[in-house]
Amino acid sequence: MSSAATPASDAPVFFDLNEHPHPEGHSTSLGFWIYLMSDCLIFAVLFATFAVLSGSFAAGPGPRELFELPLVALNTSMLLLSSITYGFAMLTMEKDRVAATQAWLAITALFGIAFLSIELYEFHHLIAEGATPQRSAFLSAFFVLVGTHGLHVTFGTIWLFTLMVQVKQRGLVPGNKRRLMCLSMFWHFLDVVWIGVFTFVYLMGVLR
Amino acid sequence: MTEQPTIAPSFLFGRFTLEAIPYHEPILVATFIAVAIGGIAVLGAISYFRLWGYLWKEWFTSVDHKRIGIMYMVLGIIMLLRGFADAIMMRLQQALAFGGSEGYLPAHHYDQVFTAHGVIMIFFVAMPLVTGLMNYVVPLQIGARDVSFPFLNNFSFWMTVSGAILVMTSLFIGEFAQTGWLAYPPLSGIAYSPNVGVDYYIWALQIAGVGTTLSGINLICTIVKMRCPGMTMMKMPVFTWTSLCTNVLIVATFPILTATLALLTADRYLGTNFFTNDLGGNPMMYVNLIWIWGHPEVYILILPAFGIFSEVTSAFSGKRLFGYTSMVYATVVITILSYLVWLHHFFTMGSGASVNSFFGITTMIISIPTGAKMFNWLFTMYRGRIRFELPMMYTIAFMLTFVIGGMTGVLLAVPPADFVLHNSLFLIAHFHNVIIGGVVFGLFAGIAFWWPKAFGFRLDPFWGKMSFWFWVVGFYVAFMPLYVLGLMGVTRRLRVFDDPSLHIWFIIAAFGAFLIALGIASFLIQIAVSIKNRDKLRDTTGDPWDARTLEWATSSPPPDYNFAFTPVVHDLDAWWDMKHRGAARPLTGFRPIHMPRNSGTGPILAAISFVLGFALIWYIWWLAALAFVALLGTAIAHTFNYNRDFDIPADVIARTEEARTKLLAAQVNA
Amino acid sequence: MSAHDTSAAHAPADAHDAHGAEPHGSLRGYMIGFILSVILTAIPFWLVMTGALGSTTATAFAIMGLAVVQIVVHMVYFLHMNFRTEGGWSMLALVFTLILVVIMLAGSMWVMYHLNTNMMPGAHDMRQML
Repeated sequence: MSSAATPASDAPVFFDLNEHPHPEGHSTSLGFWIYLMSDCLIFAVLFATFAVLSGSFAAGPGPRELFELPLVALNTSMLLLSSITYGFAMLTMEKDRVAATQAWLAITALFGIAFLSIELYEFHHLIAEGATPQRSAFLSAFFVLVGTHGLHVTFGTIWLFTLMVQVKQRGLVPGNKRRLMCLSMFWHFLDVVWIGVFTFVYLMGVLR
Repeated sequence: MTEQPTIAPSFLFGRFTLEAIPYHEPILVATFIAVAIGGIAVLGAISYFRLWGYLWKEWFTSVDHKRIGIMYMVLGIIMLLRGFADAIMMRLQQALAFGGSEGYLPAHHYDQVFTAHGVIMIFFVAMPLVTGLMNYVVPLQIGARDVSFPFLNNFSFWMTVSGAILVMTSLFIGEFAQTGWLAYPPLSGIAYSPNVGVDYYIWALQIAGVGTTLSGINLICTIVKMRCPGMTMMKMPVFTWTSLCTNVLIVATFPILTATLALLTADRYLGTNFFTNDLGGNPMMYVNLIWIWGHPEVYILILPAFGIFSEVTSAFSGKRLFGYTSMVYATVVITILSYLVWLHHFFTMGSGASVNSFFGITTMIISIPTGAKMFNWLFTMYRGRIRFELPMMYTIAFMLTFVIGGMTGVLLAVPPADFVLHNSLFLIAHFHNVIIGGVVFGLFAGIAFWWPKAFGFRLDPFWGKMSFWFWVVGFYVAFMPLYVLGLMGVTRRLRVFDDPSLHIWFIIAAFGAFLIALGIASFLIQIAVSIKNRDKLRDTTGDPWDARTLEWATSSPPPDYNFAFTPVVHDLDAWWDMKHRGAARPLTGFRPIHMPRNSGTGPILAAISFVLGFALIWYIWWLAALAFVALLGTAIAHTFNYNRDFDIPADVIARTEEARTKLLAAQVNA
Repeated sequence: MSAHDTSAAHAPADAHDAHGAEPHGSLRGYMIGFILSVILTAIPFWLVMTGALGSTTATAFAIMGLAVVQIVVHMVYFLHMNFRTEGGWSMLALVFTLILVVIMLAGSMWVMYHLNTNMMPGAHDMRQML
């Protein structure tokens, strides 16, 4: 028999006879974090492209003429508010308060939708003025960088609604808690990316 | 044809018309007939033997890392045949197109052939083979029962298949890119490549890229979180270490490729101006970005090969690997340095002396850790009891060949020399020298080494050696002439030649390619002969090579659950340690084992992705919208399934292990 | 000592540690993070919109510095980053990614600046670019 049967002796143990299976989802938060890091590199490419092309106006409009900082400030506050409301959702989730969690999630989704609406309004406004993504390399880089962030928020919102349905169906089971935690990381990550966007695209753009 | 009439896309079929089917090109028609007959034969055989249900239930929907690994290998080998067909067509064209002859390939076709060759060999041969080996071996080496995210593993594989099928589709519906394997703009922009070729390229790589990235995340988590008790980082087998670094590189570089291709897509589909010639666009930015991905990519391919050679060398020398710690550090250093050398791919494109010197020096530095590894393998062999089995033969061929390729690489790292050799056949010879001499030999060594583990019988040594000698000799005959031609100033991707003095070199190179073809044929024969003689080649011990790491501690092929009891590791060469300290297999006290359930969602999602890609390529917008919604819906629906695991009952495990005990006892008595 | 205890003592990334170190926020933490973020967002907007610092360069450096501080605040208070989560692997992944981001941004700008300057029509004297 295996040496493990006589634990008192000094014989080495070669097989784990009393093992417990890895708990379900033991790798999820690490895996999701690594996914976020890879997403971070997608944004890094877009930022690098924007940095290189941000002066290529092709005799078209530049940031000073285009950007309205009050609108950007409003948009930023929407995202920031959605971050803190998501935080509240996580706090209520840890206390297993389903209704409160759902309420905070819904508020978060509203802020997310508000953010997206303001961004769409801004894009619409720019395009109506003739500042289309096709007009210059600067505008291409601007629209694709900001638009990719917006696309992430859109998918985050769809995901949020999916999770609300799942929480309604099954309550705050461990699987759902894990999913809410992943979305929390995703949501806060998008907020971090937005710090880069408003600083480098809007504020620095208006400065130059 | 080159001049397709630019008609407005129709609503129903987008850009697709019957004109897009190349029935006027005899080579393609013949290929199509051959593929169709072969395909119908295979599908017919599967139907005749009623294997569809078995394949779907046991393989296509399987989340077992071993089966997914084997499916990756099958994909890689099938695509190798396609990629090699392209190679031999190019060699033939260049050997024929002398003295006023145009050869047999029109420019439009030839340009697709060299593009497809590069794309297929890197993305759909080397990547699946490397991923397949990692998938198969890594969980076994770390004493785990599966990967961290088994469903994701299945999904990743099918996304790779989806991309591969898209590339194959371009052969018979429309055309492939004519831009070279990295599709530099402005040539790949909509202005100069208005047809579907570049779109096939983009969507095939994007779809396969999703799979590659996710499989990278999966394997990192597996290695970080699922090592068996006692296996600290510095007790991990070297192949696991190189796999970890490779997957870190995958996760940290494929997003760059994704984003770069997405920008090119925006240029082509939305009319943005990232890489165009006018309105402020900058094509050089594409070259810059794609090589930030592209250089680490070559290390993604070679690092696992280094791992394979390390395992093979120590197993067949009967010795612990020399300088394990330095091997690990060299691997990590290469991982980081690989991000600091990308500009050496475009020294000639206008950077100043300071930029070129910086990247020239970093490129030379990266050869140091690689050189250190070479000495580690040499010292492992030194005074070892070397057994010259097939994997070891490949290892020695690798060491000789790779050093030559490495040295020509350092030569190219010198910017002034690169100004002469840039884009020449010297470069082509160099990278085939490292990819064939390193990656391909490594993969063949790995296949021969781990085949008995996967299937329970060895590969036939005679046909293996035939394949080995044809490959090694064929490689030298095919590529040494290209070094010569490159030094004489011949650039890559040329279709016809004027200078008759070059002719002989191309004929020699074509002969070399023919020898490699025999090598591939021998490899296939080797597999067929081995399957036929499997009873003679049977290995019942689970450890046919007297090897050292944990994958050899279980049966061949391993049971679904890999290990009835998770091993506990005390030493770097864990299985060697167990053998030499007399670790006995526990024969009682089995417990139920928790395993993931199979799922058909992976292949379904990949199939929808294929439709999405196809619709986008042909501007069939309604289908693209439909496929996108279906993709999202299927993915969301999948998350509503909470019941993803089951337990293998203890008595099933007891019976499986009992059977193995009998086999092992028979071995001892025999 | 049972086999399992041995394993727990040795296992580098055992499930138990991971479970214990899962990120948890507190109301206090979230509120500190939120207030700091509001302040760190308001200042750069105010600086740029009023031009309070006078010099463009000074403003640029100020807002970049504030952005870095705000990113750290978000990482700590919202994403709960520390050196213990997942046995340090999360932080390792983050640091590695940040290194790559810096290499990519700085490298691309350096390289592309050179290419633009050298390959622009009129800039014939490559010796100017060293």
